[in-house]
This record gives sequence, C-alpha cells and structure tokens, in this order.
Amino acid sequence: MQQQILSITQINEYIRSQMDEDRLLNQLAVRGEISNYKMYPSGHHYFTLKDENAALKCVMFKTSAVRLRFRPENGMKVIAMGRITVYPRDGAFQLYCSAMTVDGVGDLYAAFEQLKAKLAAQGLFDPAHKKPLPAYPGTIGIITSSAGAAIHDMLRILNKRYPLTQVRLLPVRVQGAEAPGEIAAAIRYANHYRLADLLIVGRGGGSIEDLWAFNDERVAYAIYDSQIPIISAVGHEPDVTISDYVADLRAATPSNAAELAVPDQAALLQSMDSAASAMAGALSRQLRSARQRLEVLSHSSSLASPTGYLEQRQKNLEHLKTRLIAVQTQQLQRRKQRFIGCTAKLDAMSPLKVLTRGYSIVNQDDGTILRSVTQTEPGREVRVTLSDGSLRAVVSEIKENAL
Amino acid sequence: MNSNNQTFEQSMVRLEQIVRAMEKGDVELEESLRMFQEGTELIRRCGKLLDEAELQVKKIMTSPDGSPVEEDFSDEQ
Repeated sequence: MQQQILSITQINEYIRSQMDEDRLLNQLAVRGEISNYKMYPSGHHYFTLKDENAALKCVMFKTSAVRLRFRPENGMKVIAMGRITVYPRDGAFQLYCSAMTVDGVGDLYAAFEQLKAKLAAQGLFDPAHKKPLPAYPGTIGIITSSAGAAIHDMLRILNKRYPLTQVRLLPVRVQGAEAPGEIAAAIRYANHYRLADLLIVGRGGGSIEDLWAFNDERVAYAIYDSQIPIISAVGHEPDVTISDYVADLRAATPSNAAELAVPDQAALLQSMDSAASAMAGALSRQLRSARQRLEVLSHSSSLASPTGYLEQRQKNLEHLKTRLIAVQTQQLQRRKQRFIGCTAKLDAMSPLKVLTRGYSIVNQDDGTILRSVTQTEPGREVRVTLSDGSLRAVVSEIKENAL
Repeated sequence: MNSNNQTFEQSMVRLEQIVRAMEKGDVELEESLRMFQEGTELIRRCGKLLDEAELQVKKIMTSPDGSPVEEDFSDEQ
C-alpha cells in the first residue's frame, strides 16, 4: 500500500479537525497550577497549567479575561474551563480558556448555583413578592458589623442625605460560621419587634469566602419572610449574592444602599423650591384672570361709574330702611290694639266686676261652686262670697223653680 | 416613633396636594390664597426640620427577657 505523503499544513489541519470533533476536548474543565503567566498589551492572557507530571499551554483572550473575578498569579491553583485545539502555525495544542475560578472556590461556586436554582424554583426571587420601600423612612435598621468601613460609610451618607431618619444598628458577625445564623436571627428579631421601617443588610467588600454568609439559605429565607422591606448591600459592584436576589432591592455597595434608602435633602430642598414657585405661579395666574374679569365687569354699562353704582346702592338701602321702619311701626300698632282688646275682655269677665253688680258666689264645703239647687240639701253649710267679703250660711229650705 | 420625620413626610405629602390643586386652578381665589400661605409655611417648617436635624444612631442590644434595648452608638472611625 502506497503511503500517502502529507504537507505539514495538511496534517495540522487534520489533527485540528480530529480534535474539534472530540466532545471532551470541546468543553472541559481542568485543574492545575498557573505558571509562566503573561498578560499582553492586547489584553490576552497566556500561561501554562501544570501538575506534578505534566504541563498544558493555555490562552485566555481579552473578551473572556475581562470577566475574571480574580487576578491570576503564578502558583495559583485554578480550574480552567474551555476547549483544547491545535494552533496550526506552531503545531501545538493549547487550552483556549473561556472561564477560570480559583480552585476550592469552585465548590462554592457550584453550591451557589445549586442554591440559587433551588430558591428560584421556590419563588424566593419572585418580583411580585418584592415590597416597595418607604419614601421617607423614619427608622432604618442596619444589620451589619458594628466595626468596619461599611457602617461608617452608611452613617456618613445617611446623615448627609436625610438626617431626619433614625438609625438602629443590629450588630452581627458578617463572616465566619456564625455569621449566617446571626444575620438571619437579626432580620427576624427586627421584624418581631418592628424595629424599623426599612432594613439594610450587608457588609463591605471581601473575598468570595468573606461574602459567603450572604449566600446562605437561612439568610435568604429570613429576607424572604421579612415584613419590613430590605435592601441588600454586599461587597463591591460585581459581587452578587443570594441575598441580593431575594432582597426587595439590591445595592451595589453599602454606600449605595444608604443612597437608595433615603431621599436626598438637596433634591428635597429643590423640590420645595419648585413647589414654592409653582404655587406662586398658580396664584398669580389666578389673580391675573380675576383682575381681567373685574376689568370686563367694570366696563359694563351699569358699573361704568363706580360712584353711580354706590349711589344706586345707597338709595336702595335708604328705601329698604324706610320700608322696614314702616312695617315695624305697623306691626307694633297692630299688637298694641290687640292687647287693649284683650284687657277689656278680661276685665268684663272678671268675677269681681260681677259681684259689684249684686251677684254672689255660693261655695259648698268642698269649695265647689254651687250651680244648682240639686247640689245641696237643707241643713248643709255653704259659703257666700260677695264683692267686699264672705259669709257662712245654712241652707234652710230648697225650692226648685218650676220653669 | 420619629415625630420629626412623620411631620416632614406629612408636610411633603400635603405640599404636593396643594401644588396639584393650585395648578389645576379650580379652587376659589380666597382658597388659593389660604393654600399659598399654608404651603409657604410647610416649606419653611420642612426646611427648618432638615436644617436642625442630626442623624440619631442607636445600637440595639437584647435584654435578658429578649426585648430590645437601645444603646448609644458612636462611629469610631
């Protein structure tokens, strides 16, 4: 069989096509230690990964390198993800690295992704669950370490922006094994005693291990269960923790949390200024239109002369006054006459008047007036009242009128 | 719990109401004048509250029965 003779280009291309078809080589993660690390001005990174017995050339292009969460150094143990293929010009294969994590942290990373998926499935990140923040929080509860830059930065910004608020610090450990339990307990405690209108939970920047307490599910559930709105503020800008996903609002840093928590008094003063000018504007518009209306009215014929108008009013008033007096006098007169009539009638009916004319009133023992002979009988005592006195008498005989 | 803040918030809410009502322009002139006075007074009072305010910071500690106790906190940095 005739041996086929190939060019170098052909064989390198052949190797490349073989490698490119291999599933493992197309996507793999490899553990090793960095050596010969170089970063070129182009932004590409070149290094070798090695273990005790072997070495692997690696390249990480700028587009992938900018996503690195750490600065690679010689001697660092890492896990590099990517594909292995051959570079035909050199006939050398290398790892085209698309992502890299510090070894050991890789386990944390996996745990993070697992927890994130689990909590997402349980609805802990549901936007519908997120509570609105109060516009003017009266009391802000801060759950963080009482030492350190984070609390200091937050207090400085809160004081500058909105000193009307009141801060309650719930000191907790923010890293280490005890931290997640303490943070979760502080959140629940603040809720139980309703210690604040708004909570800020967080800490300053640190390594991924330092921030790990905020990737704990106890903290996640405590944030989710909180009735008080929570701003999560962990680490620096690119650090995203589980707490950030669950919280009602995520702040990039603790300082940013303080900014998001309260209104800025500079802006408030400005809006008060614009309220003042809006009021003044509205009022002067209204005054102007009132003046215009007045202008129109004063030009109407009946009001052409203001004194004429006043005189007319004066005359009306005089007329009304005269009529009022006339009516009153008339009424008074009528009442007076009615009064006189009444007294005459009363006088005529007075019993005394009748008695002076020779009549008398006869009362029985019980005081009732005797109106008929049938009301008494002989021998009964009666009282007879005359105009100038009374006398007692005894009935000696009764005679009925035969009418 | 924090009366100055409450006053501030209520004043700001009222101020917004006043501005909205006045800008809408369907209040009587006399009422407008009264609102203008009220609004101006609110602005003055709110400005004063901000001017005089100083951030109060307390540390929450737990008493033996579990209830919270406030302690002064001074930011050492």
